[in-house]
Amino acid sequence: MKKKTNLILSAIACLALLALVFVADKAFGNFTLRIFNLCAIYIVLAISMNLLNGFTGLFSLGHAGFMAIGAYVCALLTMSPAQKAMNFFLSPIVPVLANVQIPFVPALLAAGLVAAAFAWLIGTPVLRLRDDYLAIATLGFAEIIRVVITNMQSVTNGALGLKGLPKYSTTWVVWSVAALSVIFMFALTRSAYGRSLKAVRDNEIAAQAMGIDVAHVKIVSFVVSGFMAGVGGALLGHLMTTIDPKMFVFGLTYNIILIVVLGGNGSITGSVIASIAVTVLMEALRFLDGPLNLVFVKTDGLPGLRMVVFSLLLMAVVIYRQKGLMGTKEFSWDMFSEAGLFPRRKNRPEGEGKGAGKC
Amino acid sequence: MKIAGKTLPILLVAAVALVAGCAKTSQSSGDVIKIGVFEPMTGANAAGGAMEVEGIKLANEMYPTVTVGGKEYKIELVIADNKSDKVEAATAAQRLVDKEKVSAILGSWGSSLSMAAGPIVLDAKVPAIGLSCTNPLVTLGNDYYFRVCFIDPFQGTVMANYAYNVAGARTAVIVQEVSNDYSVGLAKFFTDNFKKLTGNDACILSVLNYNTNDQDFTAQLTTIKSLNPDVIFAPGNYTESALVMKQARELGINAPFLGGDTWETPEFIDVGKKLVEGATFSTFFAVEGATSGMSKTFVDAYKAKYSKEPAAVIALGFDGYLLAIDAIKRADSLDTVKIRDALAATKGFEGAAGSITLDANGDANKSAFIKTVKDGKFTYLTVVNP
Amino acid sequence: MTIALFLQHLTNALSLGSLYALIAIGYTMVYGILRLINFAHGDIFMLGAYLAFYLVTLALLPWWVAFLVAIALTAMLGIGLERVAYRPLRDSPRISIMISAIGASFLIENLATVLFGGRPKGFVVPDIFSQVLHLGSVSVVSISVMIPIFTFAILALLLWIVHSTKVGMAMRAVSTDIDAARLQAIDVNRVVSFTFGLGSLLAAFGGILWSLKYPQLNPTMGIMPGLKCFIAAVLGGIGNIGGAVLGGFLLGFIEIMIIAFLPNLTGYRDAFAFVALILVLLLKPSGLLGKNQVEKV
Repeated sequence: MKKKTNLILSAIACLALLALVFVADKAFGNFTLRIFNLCAIYIVLAISMNLLNGFTGLFSLGHAGFMAIGAYVCALLTMSPAQKAMNFFLSPIVPVLANVQIPFVPALLAAGLVAAAFAWLIGTPVLRLRDDYLAIATLGFAEIIRVVITNMQSVTNGALGLKGLPKYSTTWVVWSVAALSVIFMFALTRSAYGRSLKAVRDNEIAAQAMGIDVAHVKIVSFVVSGFMAGVGGALLGHLMTTIDPKMFVFGLTYNIILIVVLGGNGSITGSVIASIAVTVLMEALRFLDGPLNLVFVKTDGLPGLRMVVFSLLLMAVVIYRQKGLMGTKEFSWDMFSEAGLFPRRKNRPEGEGKGAGKC
Repeated sequence: MKIAGKTLPILLVAAVALVAGCAKTSQSSGDVIKIGVFEPMTGANAAGGAMEVEGIKLANEMYPTVTVGGKEYKIELVIADNKSDKVEAATAAQRLVDKEKVSAILGSWGSSLSMAAGPIVLDAKVPAIGLSCTNPLVTLGNDYYFRVCFIDPFQGTVMANYAYNVAGARTAVIVQEVSNDYSVGLAKFFTDNFKKLTGNDACILSVLNYNTNDQDFTAQLTTIKSLNPDVIFAPGNYTESALVMKQARELGINAPFLGGDTWETPEFIDVGKKLVEGATFSTFFAVEGATSGMSKTFVDAYKAKYSKEPAAVIALGFDGYLLAIDAIKRADSLDTVKIRDALAATKGFEGAAGSITLDANGDANKSAFIKTVKDGKFTYLTVVNP
Repeated sequence: MTIALFLQHLTNALSLGSLYALIAIGYTMVYGILRLINFAHGDIFMLGAYLAFYLVTLALLPWWVAFLVAIALTAMLGIGLERVAYRPLRDSPRISIMISAIGASFLIENLATVLFGGRPKGFVVPDIFSQVLHLGSVSVVSISVMIPIFTFAILALLLWIVHSTKVGMAMRAVSTDIDAARLQAIDVNRVVSFTFGLGSLLAAFGGILWSLKYPQLNPTMGIMPGLKCFIAAVLGGIGNIGGAVLGGFLLGFIEIMIIAFLPNLTGYRDAFAFVALILVLLLKPSGLLGKNQVEKV
């Protein structure tokens, strides 16, 4: 009985989401639509970081690097030769890339695969390092990638960046990818493989003693995360239709960390909710940077106040409520009945109902 | 701790909500035309953005209204901070055209940020006027982006001519900020022109790179010292260039330093002090070279308000605003497409920084002013006409 | 490459390296005690410089008074930071405290942007520090000669503190095994605060010296030096004060000498530090002077 109700509720929710995306695409103004689509892209990115950080316990700060790789690969593969000629006015593009133009989906996959390949190359030596060293090493790689992109004028157009990327990141595309990522992650974490991920996160040495190939688990996690980050970066590039190396700085990784921590390190639902919340908040709190008229003090615009608030929020969460919004729990329809919104089911043991109310 | 854990985030949210409630909201009452100001107010480019906004605000104070179809409209500036970040820039631009429904957009400092806004203004059919962004890609292929300044190919040529003709240089070394499109572009155009002038492909002895936020250039400069060039072209941002020149002089390099318009800021002299004496660069505006009445009006008004001389990009901000309302007047309509057409037809518009005529790409054909640092002040040297 | 040219490059390398060394010491001390990469170290460095600047220009104090006061104030800020952002997380997973450090770093940077403005400011450099000296064919600025002297003086002072005082012994105890130290009735909180204060003091001192050499202040000035000095500390062996100094000089050397011999790679300069880091982490993770630590289960 329970399972069937859950299934029906889930199906209704999926249909509702589909309807929402459909309505959004038609009815939302451009500005709202842009924020809406950014939310989807951040969902993909947050989930990819959560896989590494929350589920495998690997603290990697190299996300921006993989995003950059994904964005550039996809851009160079999908831009028309005419666009490329216009962009590369300082020094001509390498002949190999000059006339390549392939459709979006293969290019997107290629972007993910190239990013994943780099993740494999980087991960193999680096993943055996301890948390803090891993963090700095991956940060280092992200910076190296950025410096290389900036200097390879004839491949990436260097500091000038690329403009005129085709507008492939439509509402349907980004939300489909977001939905696919969520489904994929749920499948992954519920599987046996997911359990070995969590075992590695909780206690690496015990996991090794249990016979889990820790190195293998880590590298697969890293590569999959790299793939998703590459795809996310490509989607972002095609939403902006212009990219340059300065986009992919550590600050971008920081935004994603913010989302993952706020949502709960280890909760997919948390990442989804936090992605949407933070993306919307970033815009909603824009007024903080402008002239403020509090009752007792007037300011003429304090640029930077918005980011101060976000940093305070991050620190408050990490210090006082480390689990973030959802901790490691996932969404289930039972949550509503616990909150008293749904009628209580019969035949459920009393203890379970009471105990499950705590976080 | 547990109590703090629950209440602190709630307190934070409540505080923000309180501020939100009290925040000044832009009330548009009656006949108002909104002009969007799309500039970096925070982040790496905040200094440049702040200066352009100064010019725009000054112009708005002096010319707060425009008459369209017989009715007088008040002009309201809507400032959207693009945080020197490309993703933010796109969102900020989108907000300006969608939510604020501006009739025109001014900005941004930093070509890559302008390029982020490009597709958005094109889609929304709202004209945008770049003020000091000199990368040709900003207006190329975009009918809705214009600019009131010259572009890098011209500026590079001007400096190469100066180096060859006035400084008498036959060899040069380039020190470029490799992560800055402005620097790389300008360096390339200088190189091309210098090679043509000297007829010698090997006249550029070396090209040395540095990255944004670098502070130690001794390694690159020591190499330059051993090459002994006639002139050094260092078209980077003033933040690094002041340090480059300072360290060069400390190492005993005496060759003249040439650069671009980003040098003209008070911070350049503040950081470099005596050691940036003699730095020569091309820029958009010079108080002494000012010929039109508008230049004098601008300089007087600026000096009256801030008691100091205006930097070039401030004059460009001023001009951008004036050009925008002039286009609205000429279009005699609030229809953004008509305003765009009026902009495209701009000829001989008298701005503070010279006469503006927009070409087919939307770029301004303007004179460049060569200035140098003398006795701790920016001093006008000469003007170069296109 | 001529001898004169090489000597100039060498002088530049030593000058840069000694600055990195000084700042790396602060990093390594904090890491030794808390096993924490203090991402905010570079921002404390920045705060020290800004405080010195404002004390000279606004409070109009004579420069040497301003510098001392700024260093003292920054040390207190560092202690405050530890108490607020790191102490509550001492028994939490390492990832949490690292995230707190990153958050603190961004918070300080943005707060500095709000308070001081994003536009760079020229630091006030007293003449004594900006004299250009000529030793043969080599040119060097007076501050660049003073910095190595300060670095070695501080190294000596710290080694004395760590090895010959009670506090130093407590520090070594805490860094070896924090629980055992507690059992020995060592007030761990006080030792940690002291270490942080000392580390922040060094960061502020480093910030002021940095600004005397590169007189440009902006809120993000601490990011790259912070990262590079952490790399220097790792190169030399993190937790080891002598190692930090060695690592600093080594890093300065690598950065400048590679460009000296391969000027085509100037654009990749920042990458050298990271490549060096990764190589060390892979080949000898404990650094040049570090000891291999076995992790007991």
